[in-house]
Amino acid sequence: MTATLDKDTDTETQAGAIPSFEVTIKVRRFIPENSDEPYWEQHTLTMYGTDRVLDALHKIKWETDGTLTFRRSCAHGICGSDAIRINGRNRLACKTLLKDLNPDKGPIIVEPIKGLPVVKDLIVDMEPFFASYREIMPFLITSGNQPSKERIQSAEQRERFDDTTKCILCAACTSSCPVFWTDGQYFGPAAIVNAHRFIFDSRDEGATQRLEILNDKEGVWRCRTTFNCTEACPRGIEVTKAIQEVKRAMIRRAF
Amino acid sequence: MTANIDNPRAPYVRKKITRSNFEMWGWLFMRGSGVILVVLIFGHLFVNLMVGEGVNRIDFAFVGGKWASPFWQMWDLLMLWLAMIHGTNGVRTIINDYAEKHVTRAILKIGLYSAFILTVVLGTLVIFTFDPCPANAPADLLPSFC
Repeated sequence: MTATLDKDTDTETQAGAIPSFEVTIKVRRFIPENSDEPYWEQHTLTMYGTDRVLDALHKIKWETDGTLTFRRSCAHGICGSDAIRINGRNRLACKTLLKDLNPDKGPIIVEPIKGLPVVKDLIVDMEPFFASYREIMPFLITSGNQPSKERIQSAEQRERFDDTTKCILCAACTSSCPVFWTDGQYFGPAAIVNAHRFIFDSRDEGATQRLEILNDKEGVWRCRTTFNCTEACPRGIEVTKAIQEVKRAMIRRAF
Repeated sequence: MTANIDNPRAPYVRKKITRSNFEMWGWLFMRGSGVILVVLIFGHLFVNLMVGEGVNRIDFAFVGGKWASPFWQMWDLLMLWLAMIHGTNGVRTIINDYAEKHVTRAILKIGLYSAFILTVVLGTLVIFTFDPCPANAPADLLPSFC
């Protein structure tokens, strides 16, 4: 009797088991207290088909090397803390499954996002990124008396800027932009996306000011439409399209 | 003793604010001149290489004959100016995109603008002051109207 039961449970676990595999993670480490030079470190782990890159980083930090440093908050693709460069592409570590990265074809390369100063390991200084974001005034600008109830907007008017409301400020787009890599003076896709969110909002009255701010030498005209930003965005925002729409609004304003 | 340590909480500031319509006009010019240049260049190639005997026709007399007509003078002048401004502006943006240091940028741009001025001035001069019938030249090399 007992034997039969045991056998039954065995087959059940096998049928519902998540496939496991060996995966090699190659992390770019930088510890300023120890050395000015970054170096590569490899870890081979046994991971499961449901595991994400963030789970692998957790496993390294919790079980192998506690000095590995990275940002993450919600771990579910909402907070935008853990944008990193995985196999040369900017991704959220919490939204990228290991099994989708061909772990059998060599190590998975994990680096900090490019173009922003590295503080330690995978943590970069986001201040230049947020400074550009603040410059475009990411808040509602209105004039006149406040309405007694809500500011009314039709579904169509809301739809106009729906795509750019999805931004989580993870910096995956800005730090994938080759123009931003050069000297970090370009406003970057994220700032333009968040300006777009207000420029095309029917309730907002600050469009002219925002267009003026982005009509800078380092503004929208530095965009070369390489589509790196659109490709990198973990929220699927059509970033390059939004930038082009801001350019068009500027040209309309000039004529 | 005063220690020189940067304020760790100092906010990042853009090096300078450079708001102007210059980059917008540059961007628009690239699109406009691009379309015009396609017509001008393919027209130029067609007339020089395809019409009649094609490329075998080109000699001093052919060029002299073309530049005696105000139509081809204007065509070539427009092509020279548009192509040079279009190309220089393109290389300028490439320098801005790839040169990381201000000094490198300045040196490359000085070189670029010097080349631009030299080519445009020389080209314009030649188009307007070209003498199709120089004195003491053998008649078989000159255009028929000499």
